[in-house]
Amino acid sequence: MSDHLDCQQLLSSISEFVDGELDPELCRRIEQHLTECENCRIVINTLRKTIDLYQHQPASEGLPREIRQRLFYRLHLEDFLNHDPA
Amino acid sequence: MNVESNPEASLSLEALKNGDRHELARMVDLYSEKIYRLALKFTNNPQDAEDVLQETFLKAMRALPEFEGRSSLSTWLYRIAVNEALMLLRKQKPDIALDIPAEEEDSSEEMSSNGLILADWCCLPEDELLSEESRRFLDQAIQQLPATLRGVFVLRDLEGMSIKETADLLGLSETNVKTRLLRARLFLRQQLSRYFGERLKEWEQK
Ligand SMILES: [Zn+2]
Repeated sequence: MSDHLDCQQLLSSISEFVDGELDPELCRRIEQHLTECENCRIVINTLRKTIDLYQHQPASEGLPREIRQRLFYRLHLEDFLNHDPA
Repeated sequence: MNVESNPEASLSLEALKNGDRHELARMVDLYSEKIYRLALKFTNNPQDAEDVLQETFLKAMRALPEFEGRSSLSTWLYRIAVNEALMLLRKQKPDIALDIPAEEEDSSEEMSSNGLILADWCCLPEDELLSEESRRFLDQAIQQLPATLRGVFVLRDLEGMSIKETADLLGLSETNVKTRLLRARLFLRQQLSRYFGERLKEWEQK
């Protein structure tokens, strides 16, 4: 097997690569490829950024009051509505 | 481990299985928000998400006496919720395939390095990347994923579950989850690159 990885091969391992789940040998070959290939560097950086943006969702504001209320009625638990949620 | 990081520790499974209503109400308050948020990401529709939320707890309360505790209570609730959400999507769009046929797994467009958009938009300022408009675009882009790719992405990248947990919840093999995660991530990267690539051009002209 050639030590040289092409862009297509890199692409098929890219997801596990950004998760740090690849074996060290394949990692090394990918890093080698990245030093020589501007395009793959951009793809990796923008992929990381994409995941990053999705993971930084705005903080949640809790379950809306009316939804909690309808849920408790539907479950016949309405007598516990006045308890503090969590 | 403190109670906050492991809320389950504060619930009595025994009481839940015996139908203790006070304990059931506490369970609902502990998990309803997470389940609603999850359902909202799957369905992108507040009414649908609320239906999923209600059905999930109705089913859970019925099934609790038989709950054997092989998985954690939260995983068990999540599984019910994910199934409800997928069922609802199937009902609404019976003609639209929720998944990609297996033979297309490796030959699809987003898996090829040829059509990749190569705008380097990482350097855009935070207020551009995190604007409300961008946020809306991110949400829309998820909705364009076929449902099972979306499911994998939501559980793994938005909810932070492991590959194994995601596989268990969706009834897929770990290999399948990895393939779908790769495809979902590349698809979203492509969508975001198109969008932020435009922003980048505007920004550079300023
Ligand atoms: Zn390359």
